[in-house]
Amino acid sequence: MNMKRNFGVGCALLGAIGFATAADAAEQITFVSQGGAYQQAQTVAILDPSAKKLGITINQDSIPDAWPAIKTQVGSGKPIWDVVDTPTGNCLRGGEQGLMEKLDFSKIPNGAAMPEAYRSPYSVSYEFYSSVLSYSQKTFPKNAPNSWADFWDVRKFPGRRALRNHPFATLEAALMADGVAPDKLYPLDVDRAFKKLEEIKPHITVWWTSGAQSAQLLNDGEVDMEMAWNGRVSAVAKEGAKVAYTYNQGILQSTSLCILKGAPNLETAVKFLNEAVDPVHQANLPLHIDYGPGNPKAFETNVIKPERAAQLPSEPANAAMQALMSYAWWSSPAGEAAEKRWASFMQK
Amino acid sequence: MLALVSPALLVILALIVLPVGWLAWQSVYHDGFTLENYRRVFTEDVYWRTFALTFEISLAVTFIALLLGYPVAYLADSVPKGWSILILSLVVLPFWTSVLVRAYAWLALLQRTGVINQFLRYVDVISEPLALVHNTFGTVVATVHILLPFMVLPLYATMQKIPNDLMQAGASLGASPSLTFMRVFLPLSLPGVLAGCTMVFVLCLGFYITPELLGGGRTVMVSMLVSRNVELYNQFGAASAVAVVLLLSVLAIFFVVSRFISLDRVLGQK
Repeated sequence: MNMKRNFGVGCALLGAIGFATAADAAEQITFVSQGGAYQQAQTVAILDPSAKKLGITINQDSIPDAWPAIKTQVGSGKPIWDVVDTPTGNCLRGGEQGLMEKLDFSKIPNGAAMPEAYRSPYSVSYEFYSSVLSYSQKTFPKNAPNSWADFWDVRKFPGRRALRNHPFATLEAALMADGVAPDKLYPLDVDRAFKKLEEIKPHITVWWTSGAQSAQLLNDGEVDMEMAWNGRVSAVAKEGAKVAYTYNQGILQSTSLCILKGAPNLETAVKFLNEAVDPVHQANLPLHIDYGPGNPKAFETNVIKPERAAQLPSEPANAAMQALMSYAWWSSPAGEAAEKRWASFMQK
Repeated sequence: MLALVSPALLVILALIVLPVGWLAWQSVYHDGFTLENYRRVFTEDVYWRTFALTFEISLAVTFIALLLGYPVAYLADSVPKGWSILILSLVVLPFWTSVLVRAYAWLALLQRTGVINQFLRYVDVISEPLALVHNTFGTVVATVHILLPFMVLPLYATMQKIPNDLMQAGASLGASPSLTFMRVFLPLSLPGVLAGCTMVFVLCLGFYITPELLGGGRTVMVSMLVSRNVELYNQFGAASAVAVVLLLSVLAIFFVVSRFISLDRVLGQK
């Protein structure tokens, strides 16, 4: 589920540099993210300024899917990582399984100021991306599909389609296609969602599994419309492909910061966590990559120009058009059951 | 003697026996002994369907690889040395390209706007692009391409060892070339056929990237089930159980094959 960014060599390098300078700093943490262009962007926007302001050293590591490593590290009783940037669901699930530190928000004022839906006892949201309806402008030069109901309407919008091979966001999209309002989705009516998905299933050419694959499908014209992550679509568009997307009925998703249980540098980690969601640092992130700040106060700092803000998934007006994914629901027993049901749905 | 091989035994113990043993242990131990993971594998029909599809694809790939590989190996065996080196190099050459790159190359060839569809449309053979990829067909094509060397090389090795005198003897007794081939050469090459088929079949059972990228999401093979199990059940036991079942099926296949042919031969030792 974490393949949204490329796992780049650059970050391994960054990590190595971090480690080399680690020895002579008094206070340090090890921070883990998902690598690639994304980790480079946050290094410039958030990590370096935070390290400078706090006078700490931030060692970096990167891994596309942190979950198995979190489990093994905490399970062994001697974690080497402190702070992890990972899909919010991992933080919640980890919190429930005793793998994450419970956060004391009195020490994290920046986090405490964020809307309640953007944080949990174990995490604060760090950046937002969105699963949006994207389409080829060649196939749809005008009257482009603009809602999930349009995506499901194969008569009015003939063309080849792709969806993500994962229940996250796909079930939400199915329910919106069936007329459920974006703010009335949870708890998901799983039966209704799968029933609606059965309807579109014969028309889905590809069920993609990685972000790179979704971008390639759109770029090569293999499909005419698909659900994709906004950053992937805009990257393809920047390279000249005739593709566009709408935030209407997008599913807003986030990665969050959380701290491993028994982290070696717990106190510094908490300080860093607060600093990392500082509105100004947060506002710097979208200047380097197409993801939105996790802290909505970033939009009040005047760092992000209005025309840039309009492109970002978590900009308040854009966020209002979308559904905010409930990671709490997805990590509940009902959510986990829905996730398991996906496997049999795919193979029927 | 034991003193000489003991470092090697230690390496094997550390690199193979321990991890596989740990894998098997994980599949039955989660806060106490449990067979829950195996119960799931043997009772839920998703698993049956995946195993069945994996075996079907592996059989198809093996069969096609044999059809394509046998003539190539035969040609390499029957031409002068220089030519056979050239043929074998061409067979081995794709080995040096990453599987991922080859999967994407097949996408470029087979997809809707790919080279093959564009060409067929240009020459007016088709009006609508053919669905060549994002299905089982595309998976099989790319997998055959990747596994073909594993068929050709054991075949060639076996054919090399068939004495030419036997064919000449057959000819001198009045048999036509096709009859000598059918009665002498083909039976003598069968161990190679079995060796190649076993290699290709077993390797195919564990394929991951190719069906993931070219299968369009519907072609789910067992290895993908392993990774999906880590995601779905958040515990390695579930994935380990699938891996153990796959491993046991492979061992069973090797066992059956070993009744007919020395395993050394399958693994290319003799």
